[in-house]
Amino acid sequence: MIRGMLARKLGTARIFSEEGHSIPVTVVETGPCTIIQKKTREKDGYNAIQLGFMPQKESRVTKPEAGHFKKAGKGCYRYLREFSIDDEELESYEVGQEITVENFEVGEKIDVAGISKGRGFAGVIKRHGFHGGKDTHGSMSHRVVGSIGASSFPSRVIKGKKMPGHMGNSRVTVKNLTILDVRPDENVLVLKGSVPGSKNGLLLIHKCL
Amino acid sequence: MDVMELIEREQMRGDLPDFRPGDKVKIHVKIKEGEEKERIQVFEGIVIRMRGSLADATFTVRKVSYGVGVERTFLFHSPRIDRIEVISHGKVRRAKLYYLRKLSGKAARIKEKR
Repeated sequence: MIRGMLARKLGTARIFSEEGHSIPVTVVETGPCTIIQKKTREKDGYNAIQLGFMPQKESRVTKPEAGHFKKAGKGCYRYLREFSIDDEELESYEVGQEITVENFEVGEKIDVAGISKGRGFAGVIKRHGFHGGKDTHGSMSHRVVGSIGASSFPSRVIKGKKMPGHMGNSRVTVKNLTILDVRPDENVLVLKGSVPGSKNGLLLIHKCL
Repeated sequence: MDVMELIEREQMRGDLPDFRPGDKVKIHVKIKEGEEKERIQVFEGIVIRMRGSLADATFTVRKVSYGVGVERTFLFHSPRIDRIEVISHGKVRRAKLYYLRKLSGKAARIKEKR
């Protein structure tokens, strides 16, 4: 069984449970992914399956990429990612084979990784959840960092001190999301909870170990 | 139809009557008491706000209970709503009736639509 697949975030919605609770869900287009290459221990030093996701015109990919896709003979793809796999299972997959959402089951737990939305250069309140200063009573420190350490001892700022800086646009993994629905007709998974990144962003879905 | 809309539409219910801001309604809400036990509570008042689309739509009902204004927001398509009775249609000129919060007694009445 391939452990993971490539996906695209479609958006969020709500679903009503049988008891009448409103459950926040994320809808994710998952696959179909095509196996472009099999990496083997003998040849590449490790076992993996390379998946292509979202078909692309040949004129849209570079010539070296086009040559790589030609070996599989299933057209070009926008995204290529590898997923590790056991020795025995590697043999049961063929190059050019298609992997669909049916790889997953309702109720299964998965981890989802994506690139979080960029927040730019963010202050310490947004970035680290500091409380900030008083807004009134003559206070002039509203959203500032405040003190960053003691005085002559240690005479330096401790490493790892939380400060303003670039926030977001980094890889984030959300673990243990439950699959509420698998829809093979639309190639869609319905996940409970939220998932990093913007709409149409690329996601990597892994089965929980 | 795109997939997002399809999934949302599946959550929606079509059995509820049409009503608009300004209408007087009775909302019959299912309330769970402990395990297995369920009863129905009625909330009666004027619809002062409707917002959202598809499965995400909500509406807010306002009533004055023992001199205290009470507002309750319901999810339009929630299975917890047993049924909705529309008592009367009000004649109002805006979509959000927040001005009712400042009014009381006779001034807070809404003319009925003929």
